[in-house]
Amino acid sequence: MELFFSQILDGLSIGSVLLLAATGLAIVFGLMGVINLAHGELMMLGAYVTYVVQSTFKPMGGVIFEFYFPISLVLSFIVTALVGVLLERTLIRQLYGRPLETLLATWGVSLILIQLIRSVSTAMVLGILVAIAVGFGLSKLLRLKFSEKPFFTYLNGLGWALSIVIGLVAVNLLDEIRPLSKAWFGPRNIDVTAPKWLQGSWGMIGTIELPGLRIFIILLSALLLLATYWFLNRSVWGLRIRSVTQNRQMSNCLGIPTDRVDSITFGIGSGLAGVAGCAITLLGSVGPNLGASYIVSCFMVIVLGGVGNLLGTVLAALLLGIIQSVIGSGTLLTIFPNLPAAARGVIEFFATTSMSLVLVFIFIILFLQFRPNGMFPQKGRSVDA
Amino acid sequence: MKLFQRLVPWILLAIALFILPAALDNFRLNLFGRYFSLAITALAIDLIWGYTGLLSLGQGIFFSLGGYAVAMNLMLNTKSLAGGNGIPKFFENYGVEQLPFFWQPFWSPAFALMAMWVIPAVVAGVVGWLIFRNRIKGVYFSIITQAALMVFFHFFNGQQKLFDGTNGLKTSTTELFGQLVGSPDMQVWLYRLTVVLLPLAYLVCRYFTSGRFGDALIAIRDDESRLRFAGYNPVPFKTIVFVVAGALCGISGALYTVQSGIVSPQYMSISFSIEMVIWVAVGGRGTLVGPIIGATLVNYLRSLVSEALPEAWLFVQGALFIFVVVLMPDGIYGWVTNGGLRSLLAAFGIARKAKTYPQLDEEAVPVD
Repeated sequence: MELFFSQILDGLSIGSVLLLAATGLAIVFGLMGVINLAHGELMMLGAYVTYVVQSTFKPMGGVIFEFYFPISLVLSFIVTALVGVLLERTLIRQLYGRPLETLLATWGVSLILIQLIRSVSTAMVLGILVAIAVGFGLSKLLRLKFSEKPFFTYLNGLGWALSIVIGLVAVNLLDEIRPLSKAWFGPRNIDVTAPKWLQGSWGMIGTIELPGLRIFIILLSALLLLATYWFLNRSVWGLRIRSVTQNRQMSNCLGIPTDRVDSITFGIGSGLAGVAGCAITLLGSVGPNLGASYIVSCFMVIVLGGVGNLLGTVLAALLLGIIQSVIGSGTLLTIFPNLPAAARGVIEFFATTSMSLVLVFIFIILFLQFRPNGMFPQKGRSVDA
Repeated sequence: MKLFQRLVPWILLAIALFILPAALDNFRLNLFGRYFSLAITALAIDLIWGYTGLLSLGQGIFFSLGGYAVAMNLMLNTKSLAGGNGIPKFFENYGVEQLPFFWQPFWSPAFALMAMWVIPAVVAGVVGWLIFRNRIKGVYFSIITQAALMVFFHFFNGQQKLFDGTNGLKTSTTELFGQLVGSPDMQVWLYRLTVVLLPLAYLVCRYFTSGRFGDALIAIRDDESRLRFAGYNPVPFKTIVFVVAGALCGISGALYTVQSGIVSPQYMSISFSIEMVIWVAVGGRGTLVGPIIGATLVNYLRSLVSEALPEAWLFVQGALFIFVVVLMPDGIYGWVTNGGLRSLLAAFGIARKAKTYPQLDEEAVPVD
C-alpha cells in the first residue's frame, strides 16, 4: 500500500507539471481560441532563462546562490510573457478566428525558436539587430518616396528581404571573429542544479518520504492555478478578458480595449509557460527539444478537461499524471500479485513510460467517444459548440 | 492556346519520364523520385484539408504503415538478411525465435502489395469513423489525429521485438527480383513507377473532388451545419474521403521507403506530419495541381538548403510556415490563378491592370 501511495504522489507531481504547462495553454486556447503550438518552445525559453540566471548566480556562491530559483521563476515569467506579447502583436493578431492557421503559423514560430536556441551566438544577435535596423530604415525611406505608388507594398517586402540578406552577410562576417561566433547554448542539453533547500526530503508522512522537489512543484502549480483563477475572476483585467471572450464586438462597443486585452491574455498564457519551463529544469536536464515532449500531452489535458474550464484542466492533468505513473511503473503487479496470467501480460506490456503514454492517449480517444466535449463541456446554444 | 493547355500535363509527364532520368545523375534522380512520392501524400492531404476542411496532423501514421508493410515483405524475402530461424536477423538481437503472428502473411508479395494501402485505409476508416461520429471537428480533429500519431509513434518506437524500435527497417540492402533494392538500376525503375503512380493518384483525387461527391466535400468544408440541416449526413462523406487519403498516404509511404532505403518511427514524428501540411499550403490548397508543385518545391528547397547550410533549414522552414499562412493563404498556384502575379506586374506597370467594376468598388460595404 505504501508503494501505491508513493506512486500516487509521483503521479500527482507528474500531473502538476502537466498542469503547470497546460494552464497557460488553457488560457490561450480556451479564451482566445488560438492553437499555440509554440507553447512548448515558450516553456523551453523559460528553462533557458533559469539556466542563465543560475549561471550568473553561480560565481557568487554561498547563500546568495540558494535564492536564485525564486528570481529565475519571476524572470522566466517576465521574459516569456514579453516574447508572447511580441508574438501576439506581430503574428497572432492577424489570424484571429482562423484557429487552423494559428496552428500552422505558431508551428513555424516554434521551429524558429528551437533553431535560435541551438545556434544563437553574439554574432547572430548582432546580425539580427542589423537586419531589423536596416529593415525599418529602408521601410521608412521607401515610405517617404514611394508611399503613393501602387507597387509600394511589394517594394516594401523587397526592402525587408534585402535587409534579411544584409543581416545574413553581417552574421557571416562577424562569425570570423572567434569570441563572437561561439554558440551560447549549443544543441546539447543543459543542466540546472536545484538549490539545496529543494533537494532531499521534506519530512515523512508515516513511512512515506516527501521528496522536496516534487512537493515544491505540486505547491507551485497549485499556487499558480489559484493566482490565475483570482486574476480571471476577481480582477478588472480578468473581467475584461472574460467579456471579450464572450462577445468581442459588444465589448469593443462598451469601450474595452480589445487589442490590449488580447495582448495581455496571450502574454499571461506565455508567461505561465515560462514558469512551467523553469519548474521543469528541476526535474532533469533540458534541451532545445523540450517542447515537443509536452505539447501533445498538454493539448490532451485541455481536450479531456473541456475547453475553457480550469477545473476540468486540473482534474484531467492530475488524472493523466496518476494513470501514467501507476501504469508506467508496473506498480499494479506488486499491489495485486495474484492476477491471472493474461492480465499480467497486458500490464507488463504497458509498463514502460512510452507505452503508458500510448495507453493514456487511447484512453482519452475512447473517453471522447462518450463525452465528445470533455469532462466539463461548455454550455451553449450554438450549433458548432 | 486551348490545345497547349491540354498538352501541358502530358509534356510535364514526358519530361519527368524521359528527360529527367537522362539529365540528372542517379543521386538527384532518386531525390526527385522521393519528392514525387511525397507529392502523393500532399495530394491526399489536399483531399482532406483543401477540399473537406479536415486538417489531419496524423497522416504520418498511414505513410509509415505503408512503408513498414513493404519493408517487412522485402526483408522476409531476402535470403542474405535472414538469421538462423529464417527470419530477419534483427529479431535475434531481441531473442525473438518466431516471426510475430501478424507479420506471417507478409511472406507473400501479393499480400504486401495489398497491405500497403489496405491496412492504412482500414486504420483510417476506424480512426476517422470514431472521430467523425461524435462530430469532433476543426481544431479538435487536428489535436486528436496528432494524439493518434503519438500513440503509433510510441508503439513502433517502443516495441523493439516487433518492429526493431528506433532503428526501423532498412530496405536498401534487401533484394527484389534478384537485385538489390538500393542499386542504381532498381532506383531508376522505382523512379519510373513513382512517376506513373503520381498521375494516377491525381486522377483518383480528381474523381473524388468532381461531381456531386466533390460538391458535398466542399460543402462540408464551407458550412457543415448547413449541409446537415439540408438533410445530408456528413459522416460517411468524411469517412470515405479520410479512407481514400489514408490509402494514398500508404502507397506514398511505400514508394518513399523503397527509395530512401529505410522506414523508421521518425516518419511518425509530429514534425514530419505537420511538414506535409505545409507542402500543400505552399502549393495551394483546394487545387489538385498545387500540392504536387508544393511538395516538389519545398522538398527541393529543403535539399538545397540542407546541403549548403544544414542549420538554416529550420529557420527557412519556420519562415515558410509563417509567410504562407499570413501573406499567401492560397499558395503559389492559387496566387497565380487568382491574379496575384498579374496584379504584381500591373503594380510595376509591366502588365495592364485587370478590369474591375469601379462602381462596385465605390459601393463596397462590409457585409457584417
